[in-house]
Amino acid sequence: MKKSIKISGAEAVIRCLLEEGVDLIYGYPGGAIMPIYDELYKFQDKLTHILTRHEQGATHAAQGYSRVSGKVGVVTATSGPGATNLVTGIADAQIDSTPMVCITGQVASHLLGSDAFQETDIIGISTPVTKWNCQITKAEDIPGVLAKAFYIAKSGRPGPVLIDITKDAQFELMEFNYQKCNSLRSYKPVPVYSLKEIKNAAELINSAKKPLIVWGQGVILGNAENEFKEFVEKTGIPAAWTILGLSGLPTEHPLNVGMVGMHGNYGPNVLTNECDILLAIGMRFDDRVTGNLDYYAKQAKIIHFEIDPAELNKNIEVDIEILGDVKETIPELIKIVEQKTYPKWIEKFHSFYKKEYEKVIKDDLYPVKEGLTMGEVIKEINEASNGDAIIVSDVGQHQMVTCRYAKFNESKSNVTSGGLGTMGFALPAAIGAKMGAPNREVVAVIGDGGYQMTIQELGTIFQTGCAVKIVVLNNEFLGMVRQWQQMFFDKRYASTEMINPDFITIAKGYNIEAKKVDKRVDLKSSVQKMISSEKPYFLEVRVEKEANVFPMIPSGASVSDVRLE
Amino acid sequence: MNNKINTYTVSIYTENNLGLLNRISAIFLKRHISIESLTTSQSEINNIFRFVIIVSISEPKIKRITKQIEKQIEVIAAFYHTDKETIYLETALYKVKSKSLFDEKHIQKIIKESQANIVTVSPNYFVIEKTGWRKETESLYDSLEPYGLLQFVRSGRISVSKEPMNISNILGLNTDK
Repeated sequence: MKKSIKISGAEAVIRCLLEEGVDLIYGYPGGAIMPIYDELYKFQDKLTHILTRHEQGATHAAQGYSRVSGKVGVVTATSGPGATNLVTGIADAQIDSTPMVCITGQVASHLLGSDAFQETDIIGISTPVTKWNCQITKAEDIPGVLAKAFYIAKSGRPGPVLIDITKDAQFELMEFNYQKCNSLRSYKPVPVYSLKEIKNAAELINSAKKPLIVWGQGVILGNAENEFKEFVEKTGIPAAWTILGLSGLPTEHPLNVGMVGMHGNYGPNVLTNECDILLAIGMRFDDRVTGNLDYYAKQAKIIHFEIDPAELNKNIEVDIEILGDVKETIPELIKIVEQKTYPKWIEKFHSFYKKEYEKVIKDDLYPVKEGLTMGEVIKEINEASNGDAIIVSDVGQHQMVTCRYAKFNESKSNVTSGGLGTMGFALPAAIGAKMGAPNREVVAVIGDGGYQMTIQELGTIFQTGCAVKIVVLNNEFLGMVRQWQQMFFDKRYASTEMINPDFITIAKGYNIEAKKVDKRVDLKSSVQKMISSEKPYFLEVRVEKEANVFPMIPSGASVSDVRLE
Repeated sequence: MNNKINTYTVSIYTENNLGLLNRISAIFLKRHISIESLTTSQSEINNIFRFVIIVSISEPKIKRITKQIEKQIEVIAAFYHTDKETIYLETALYKVKSKSLFDEKHIQKIIKESQANIVTVSPNYFVIEKTGWRKETESLYDSLEPYGLLQFVRSGRISVSKEPMNISNILGLNTDK
């Protein structure tokens, strides 16, 4: 044990972060967290603080950082509005299982409950959207609570933790002693798996005629990409992904049959209702994946691989539950499953793909009409980056198009807001992603609506020089809402049309090189120029205004009723 | 699974922690399920608290909710039981004018027959306590009501399960005391 020294609570916070291996945090200062910022100043050679332009931006940056690096994202903010501005990012991290520790300042403990200046009950507010939260009013509690915070955030099914520290606790002196937390008696992050259930699963898999895998982010969060790939290759089972599972298996892998869900691929959606065994691996049967539950894979026996007991039988009653960490359960399964191939069954996916190609993909990627499509922009990004880029997408039509067409060779390369669908996510998340993987190309693909929700983070890019590439697909509409208005609300375009500013001028105001493309002939070279730039770069592409994203499962419909037009 | 509405007793063992009540009630709130009663107390294990929550919902729902409660970091374990699987009681207090007790001989008979206790007698009022099932406390309420109740209050349900919950095992504590 290290020798104890008397330091302030604020310094203790910094030392805890260093003990946890944190070297980069995102945040925004203010009154109630000034003692911690004062220590950040002193420790700036060991701990870099990135000043975002809004606290929400700090949370999304931390998320982007975490999603590509697998490390815990750390955020600091002041009390009151600083703390409440974190809520969207925390909720996003909670629903997408992103490990994050948020540290907020709080008014001095004697003022708690008195409606003091910038006092807000952030513990009460953040309770439903955090994996755990805790208020500290005594400096001596800081090391223990922070150790617990990091352990909880990253273990088991990861998630966000918020620690609220009163200003007096930051000033108070204490003896510093740090011990990492690696267990809590009330918390079992990784359930012990049952070999018997794995054997049952193997028997079922070995007997399958038309099996289908749907994998989710669990494979990526569990660092089980290699095990998963080996399993897919040995069993020969076609594998489809949820939006957050994307990049867990290379997009070009012959057994990767595409995306499931509302705007997923035709084959995997239709064939979900034809398979005899459905293997759900690290996914949670979100409603955007399943469509109407009454018609979801009713014919199939379902095997669910899941780390969180509360997810089992939550939306779908399954036949075999494999509770545990996929990093442990999949290797056990690999040992006892038979090597197989399903050429006829896989041919079905190919024939559905051909239909989808003719009706949708061809026109998206190789359009003949004048208007630029979102799909062809993604295709150019794929080509210019050879599928090696991290692609961060925002929320809406462009997100669906990006996830449908982006090519990924490596895991942890798709960063998007899945469960919460947070517009404004991508720009700050891309900053975090670039800092989490500085040697990789990071391209943010954003709609004109979402871009303007966190556009102020251009200031963060300007100040840090963070070399993210920003592609705004501008259709002058809130495109996804407009698409729904067209399809389900008789084209009543209520508040979805946008009159946008000159994005080029704005980018230039932040000293970011910028270019606008509105003709196909300029697209390829512009994307190439952007990718080859060593600096931040902004590319605006004027795309067709009223294009729709297909395939689509209308809400309330079955996955097999997915529409191609 | 059966979608019939039933009364369920949810028993939750927790570490003593500020804010846990908020966290647990939020799980019910999110699904728009009203909590019929909620009691917290020390449990049989030192520094471990026990919540007893009564709700009327279907079994599939209570099963999911119990798992979501158990998922909370400071919850050690959560269980749900039907009435048949638990021994349960509620306590009610009835404040009545003292005059009634002396004037109406019948009241004394009611108290005796219902096996209620007189907790306090003062010149102005007396307080009757009845512990038992809901129908017993309600029946006493109906009997006393005509004589004028100054105040009435009933506690939330407390209960123990017939089957062991094995919290000590979950915590790895040695229980052979």
